Amino acid sequence: MTSAMSDRLLTVEDLRVSFPTRTGVIEAVRGVSFTLGRERLGIVGESGSGKSQTGRAIMGLTPKHARITAKTLNFAGRDLLEISDKERREIRGKRIGMVLQDPKYSLNPVMPIGRQIIETLKTHERVSTSEAKARTLTMLEAVQIRDPERVFSLYPHEVSGGMGQRVMIAMMLICGPELLIADEPTSALDVTVQLEVLGILDKLVAERGMGLIFVSHDLRLVSSFCDRVLVMYAGRVVEELPSADLSKAQHPYTQGLLNCLPTIGADRHPLPVLDRKKEWAL
Amino acid sequence: MTASVLSVRDMVVSFDEFVALDHVSIDVAAGESFGIVGESGSGKSTLLRAVAGLNAFSAGTLRINGQSYSGRSRSKDFYRTVQMVFQDPYGSLHPRQTVDRLLLEPLAIHGFDNVDQRIMRALDEVGLGSGFRFRYSHQLSGGQRQRVAIARALILEPKVLLLDEPTSALDASIQAEILNLLEQARKDRGLTFVMVSHDLGVISHMCERLAVMKSGKVVETVSADALESRDFSADYTRQLMTASEGFRRV
Repeated sequence: MTSAMSDRLLTVEDLRVSFPTRTGVIEAVRGVSFTLGRERLGIVGESGSGKSQTGRAIMGLTPKHARITAKTLNFAGRDLLEISDKERREIRGKRIGMVLQDPKYSLNPVMPIGRQIIETLKTHERVSTSEAKARTLTMLEAVQIRDPERVFSLYPHEVSGGMGQRVMIAMMLICGPELLIADEPTSALDVTVQLEVLGILDKLVAERGMGLIFVSHDLRLVSSFCDRVLVMYAGRVVEELPSADLSKAQHPYTQGLLNCLPTIGADRHPLPVLDRKKEWAL
Repeated sequence: MTASVLSVRDMVVSFDEFVALDHVSIDVAAGESFGIVGESGSGKSTLLRAVAGLNAFSAGTLRINGQSYSGRSRSKDFYRTVQMVFQDPYGSLHPRQTVDRLLLEPLAIHGFDNVDQRIMRALDEVGLGSGFRFRYSHQLSGGQRQRVAIARALILEPKVLLLDEPTSALDASIQAEILNLLEQARKDRGLTFVMVSHDLGVISHMCERLAVMKSGKVVETVSADALESRDFSADYTRQLMTASEGFRRV
């Protein structure tokens, strides 16, 4: 435990994100607390549970009109709520990277892939163009793109979804961040491609000793990928448990989520459904 | 085996140069639930759309309930027999019509009587109740919208329901509710299902037999039991099976 303490990357205490609307304030995140070392943390929940907004608040991508408050939001000794926009930009992309769901929307459609990765690198480091190109090609190789020279000069629409997501991972890892936030990184991909991309992500995160926050709606996937899982419901963490102990989940919501998935070989008709209790959302 | 209610023989669908369906044949018996799995671009949705007359097919035959159909032309009778539920409940309901209007339209087209009772009964059957009757689709959640889409399909009392990824846009817990609803409707009405999904778990739960598709061809047709006991021959089926078991660290 002490080594994990000294290695602590991120401390989140009582994080709240709310959106004022015409019909009142919507509280998307209502008091989330956790700490992260150099480990893989999964955040699971259904749509509207606040899991993505938690990731976005850490990255500093919450819309301007939203209100963020927290007792602590500390990344490697810096208070993320206090720092200036300029300092924010230095951290974002350099020390914290983020991979989003669909590469079709997160890559620039009118810029070749290689140039986009070089742009990221040159924003944060002073390197010559030839060195930047060499590092980009190495990075593309690291995400198991077989012909990096060719992919370097392609536009995003010319590559498949799985390839696009590898490019995205390459772009996020080229500056060597200490923390990577992956928000549903494989949900837009085909099942057979998902495993490849997860394998690549897993290997790179382990090799580079990064911290990872893996946001997903898929409880089984998260538990097979992460060391620890936070289960969110209605803006709060209802349960936190080590992935290995998933079957021992205490909260009825977690148990319900695990039970309602149809699996091959389990003959359950009808499927058990979630009986949502009001007190879960309190 | 009982007579097949839906029979597709050597169907070909091409978009310009691209052959989306390459001589595909399937047979679905009356009362059966038949699944189609495959990754995106494998032609599974195109097959359903070609059956429903939303895409034309250029070669092959399609027989439904003893009737032959070709190209895109479908008789009014066809739509009394075959109805379809789509993937995205946000895109498949008219945004400016109330639920009442949405359900009334098919009834009016096909000249049904007792529309009032039919609409009430349809809403009851999908577990929505009359409180939802005069709402707009934007006032409903994704799961509720999919229930309305299912009510709209069932209100014409069809024999065959084509389901194109009916739950992949929904949360896992809502998915379970919709799957249960579909199973109940099938049991009550003796429906025939043709269900497309990328999720082997969902297909093996819902269907007795399934076809595995890849690049416009049917790779293999197996029973759900064979899937359980891993009694299949195609490599691609094995790949899908491994993928559905989730991530494993090597």
